[in-house]
Amino acid sequence: MADYSYVREDMLPEREPPVSEVGIIGWLRENLFSGWFNSILTILSLMFIYMILAAIVPWLWTPTWGAGSLSECREIIADLGKQHGGACYGVITERWQQLLFGFYPDELRWRPILTFLGLFVALGPVLFSDVFPRKVLWFTGAYLFLAPWLMWGGAIWTPLLVAAGPALGYLAYRFLYGVIGNLGAVIVAVLVPILFWLFLVGPISSGLFSVIPLGLEVVESRLFGGFMLSVWIGVVAIAISLVLGVVLALGRQSDLLIVKYLSVGFIEFIRGVPLITLLFVASTLLNIFMPPGTNFDIILRVMIMATLFASAYIAEVVRGGLAALPRGQYEAADALGLDYWKAQRLIILPQALKISIPGIVSTFIGLFKDTTLVSIIGLLDPIGLTGSIRADANWNGIVWELYGFIALLFFLSCFAMSRYSMWLEKKLRKDHH
Amino acid sequence: MSTLELEPSVDTSKMQISDEVAIQIADMNKWFGTFHVLRDIDLTVYRGERIVICGPSGSGKSTLIRCINRLEEHQAGKIVVDGTELNSDLKNVDKVRSEVGMVFQHFNLFPHLTVLENCTLAPIWVRKVPRKEAVERAMHFLEKVKIPEQANKYPGQLSGGQQQRVAIARSLCMMPRIMLFDEPTSALDPEMIKEVLDTMIELAEEGMTMLCVTHEMGFAQAVANRVIFMADGQIVEQNEPKEFFNNPKSERTQQFLSQIIGH
Repeated sequence: MADYSYVREDMLPEREPPVSEVGIIGWLRENLFSGWFNSILTILSLMFIYMILAAIVPWLWTPTWGAGSLSECREIIADLGKQHGGACYGVITERWQQLLFGFYPDELRWRPILTFLGLFVALGPVLFSDVFPRKVLWFTGAYLFLAPWLMWGGAIWTPLLVAAGPALGYLAYRFLYGVIGNLGAVIVAVLVPILFWLFLVGPISSGLFSVIPLGLEVVESRLFGGFMLSVWIGVVAIAISLVLGVVLALGRQSDLLIVKYLSVGFIEFIRGVPLITLLFVASTLLNIFMPPGTNFDIILRVMIMATLFASAYIAEVVRGGLAALPRGQYEAADALGLDYWKAQRLIILPQALKISIPGIVSTFIGLFKDTTLVSIIGLLDPIGLTGSIRADANWNGIVWELYGFIALLFFLSCFAMSRYSMWLEKKLRKDHH
Repeated sequence: MSTLELEPSVDTSKMQISDEVAIQIADMNKWFGTFHVLRDIDLTVYRGERIVICGPSGSGKSTLIRCINRLEEHQAGKIVVDGTELNSDLKNVDKVRSEVGMVFQHFNLFPHLTVLENCTLAPIWVRKVPRKEAVERAMHFLEKVKIPEQANKYPGQLSGGQQQRVAIARSLCMMPRIMLFDEPTSALDPEMIKEVLDTMIELAEEGMTMLCVTHEMGFAQAVANRVIFMADGQIVEQNEPKEFFNNPKSERTQQFLSQIIGH
């Protein structure tokens, strides 16, 4: 029998790995040339990538920024002796402002630009809570009411009165809490601001305006257009649908049967119909249901539909996050005496939302791109504008450059969102050393 | 099953049982659907008692202590904790929960919060303790469970034994009068069981009322004043530890003990 008794006298020290496994050579060996078959694949892939770039780059690299029409472009390209043609950027030089702002009046464009810049300040404390001081949240709160005013203009009294709505709701809650109990008070507190906004804000605001005429020049919704419109609809729908989606997800998990089935019914209905049908409802049918005389802004209607649509998806994504949490988290929160809302806010949602980040951001990216569907109901988003640009005699027949530019705008926005979500996921990961 | 041999160094000077009733369970029944999981439970716990509940798996022992802070609802009978009856009144439930601490088998720490935040969360949000005071209190209890240096780490960065000690500290920060332990060492590696049991012994030495579901019979012998044996949703036998282990009366108990101590 073999003798396998053995005792180690001294422990081995740590040693460097072999040179061929580390550094750039190690990386190349590991990833690109790990065997003869993989080496051939690597070389073939490099050739393929070269062929694609060789076709695209010369096309892109065409100095046609100054051309005033498609035929002028073609002359420049012919002069350059390019066999496979080239890009015609003149259309972007000429129309980029329209593609960005639609028909928003030139002299008032500082307003959407200011709103857009303000968006970053307002989002700062929400997206990058470490960098921005918490006090900026006050600006975020004010921004919710100031942004629509900057965009649409009108009396300063309107945003102030709209902001007063939630305050009225809170007061109603405080007064009624003792009288009709929690649930009743919550319902009234939600209804009061809505009724106030629908029926009182308009008359009071115009009344105040006739006494103290402070305000900005009104810009009508039909002048809104271009990428600005996409961002405007997208940002509003994203912000509200996140809140609404979380509420719906909680509602779907609720023990209260009516709340539960209302949430389920809403989610299943909205997810079951195409967004475009909802947009048609917004553009045509909705006016039939409204009381006569009320003129509900078309962009507002589209925003509402896009928000409802996205919130149903967000609700399902968040529900996935809620379901992924171990039961023990709920039990630990209960055992410590936290009530439902505190447990949700402090324990459950922070974790469930963290799990749901990739799904939530995917939904947002989808929603943002879906805003281009508004072109079908006649709003002049970038896609809506391409029709009139391509109908222009100068640019008749242009395709790649125009759509490419629009695609680039959307790609940059969506890529930024995607990168942010990856960064956030990494930041929130707490299980490593 | 591991039976830890404890040094007989438990300081019993402060372990006094008063006449005051801490928990009163009378004629309590519970069903999971149609499955009768707890049957006619009668149990009176006096302040300062250290009760170990044991029994085969599925006997309802965890369900019993989970009924005491209403993580499970009982369907018949009565449970009164510290003079508050557990019924559908949510205010009573919240009151009992804030007075009764619970330690789980799988720790159930909040992974998105630091150890310190885990400990200060409930005092701040439930008890309305000022933040500074809550932090001081949390550090006090973290020192007590001997891991103050981990206060700013996240639970995922700690070992199982450390996590369970944080969970105990988190419960203690609510200044509970009763502590429930639901198999606190069952998910731990053998080398970490002792550090958790030591913490529990220390608690017992200070006179805490404790109900422990555990298989640690060494702990039961050293600390408990009463051992309850459950099977099939019923209390089959209860006695002081010495009698319980040396002279079990019912056949079911004898069988159980021979299985867990025999090897």
